[in-house]
Amino acid sequence: MFAGIDKRKLYTPFNIASGIILIIGAVLTVLRFTGGLSMVTNLDDNNPWGLWIGFDLLCGVALAAGGYVTSSAVYIFGMKKYHSAVRPAILTGFLGYSFVVFALMYDLGRPYRLPYPFVVQAGPTSFLFEVGLCVALYLTVLFIEFSPAAWEFMGWKKIRKIAHSLTIPLTIFGVVLSTLHQSSLGGLYLIAPSKLHPLWYSAYLPLFFFVSSIVAGLSMVMFEGSLAHKYYHDKMDRTHLNEASEVVLGFGKAAALVLSGYFVMKVIGIAVDNNWHYLATGWGAWFLVELIGFVALPALAFAIGVREKNRKLIQRTAAWAVLGIVVNRLNVSLIAFNWQLPAADRYFPSWMEIMTSLFIVTLGVTVYRLIVTFLPILHEHPEYKDSH
Amino acid sequence: MDAIYYTLQDFLTFTKGFTYVLMGVGLVGFIGFWRFLTARDDD
Repeated sequence: MFAGIDKRKLYTPFNIASGIILIIGAVLTVLRFTGGLSMVTNLDDNNPWGLWIGFDLLCGVALAAGGYVTSSAVYIFGMKKYHSAVRPAILTGFLGYSFVVFALMYDLGRPYRLPYPFVVQAGPTSFLFEVGLCVALYLTVLFIEFSPAAWEFMGWKKIRKIAHSLTIPLTIFGVVLSTLHQSSLGGLYLIAPSKLHPLWYSAYLPLFFFVSSIVAGLSMVMFEGSLAHKYYHDKMDRTHLNEASEVVLGFGKAAALVLSGYFVMKVIGIAVDNNWHYLATGWGAWFLVELIGFVALPALAFAIGVREKNRKLIQRTAAWAVLGIVVNRLNVSLIAFNWQLPAADRYFPSWMEIMTSLFIVTLGVTVYRLIVTFLPILHEHPEYKDSH
Repeated sequence: MDAIYYTLQDFLTFTKGFTYVLMGVGLVGFIGFWRFLTARDDD
């Protein structure tokens, strides 16, 4: 099953660095679960949510949006020319959400209490309850959507047929669930108007989070596709190689349109609350860096790339847009949060928090590499060609 | 824009009025952006 692995290829600099990070992460995991939050984090009563929520959860969920974006484009809007992008996108989504839940356990501390909101004490009026329920359901949806690749690998034809027959209802369910929880993650911050800087706080936060998640999903599919093309070229079949170019151009165009709309919405967000005067402050300068540098300029760069059919430019802009989404989520959850507190009370993550986040990302990348190496993700399984 | 508003009515009159203007500008700008984006689609 795993024949053909060249042992010399295992000891690459990337693999060795990953191994070191994973070992450090394992030690930090033991420290966190034996010593509590204070052992490894700088969290306190003013800042109960830190990097693990701001980066691992908020960025993780947004960047895993490629699954619903791609599957809805292909199965709901009938854009079959992007079909080869579905499996990698679903895999990224599935792994993204899996590691979001994994990371959440570090923050919660008692993993066995994860099902509590559903079976012990529900809080149906809370955004957190809605996010938890949607993520739990959507992770299940993603698992079933991803599973045909695993069943094909294992040769389980019947169960593969059942899972494959559920594609359309699961896609619709996935879009509904994603719309709900992507926006609700922004909705979480509606409760903190006095803590979040007015330039980032808006009644439209749920809308901002949802629309930007579409950009994150599209950009992540292009970014991940460019990496897969570079490092897993030998795993890609002719269909994937031929369609890759179409995927970049089509998704680049969509990203340009959605980003331009998002830019207008953000400006309207300032106008509705009459927050113009904040733009002349230091916080305003940082807000403009985000708005111009990570929204307007990437939208323009996407558009130029699409016009010129410059795939390199589009792929680089996709990485830029992904960075922009990370900047936005960190701004809302950490940087512009508690902005009025004196510097001594502000939160900055400890090296162990940063290392734990890096550990979780590395673990995700390692599992991704393992799956695309063995499962039919970047190519069609010979026995199921044209059966999609 | 830093004017002091004494009533919610005043505040909303200004902000909503300005927002409507921006939305109009945004829609027109969006059409321009769309044309820029798709100008070479037939090539």
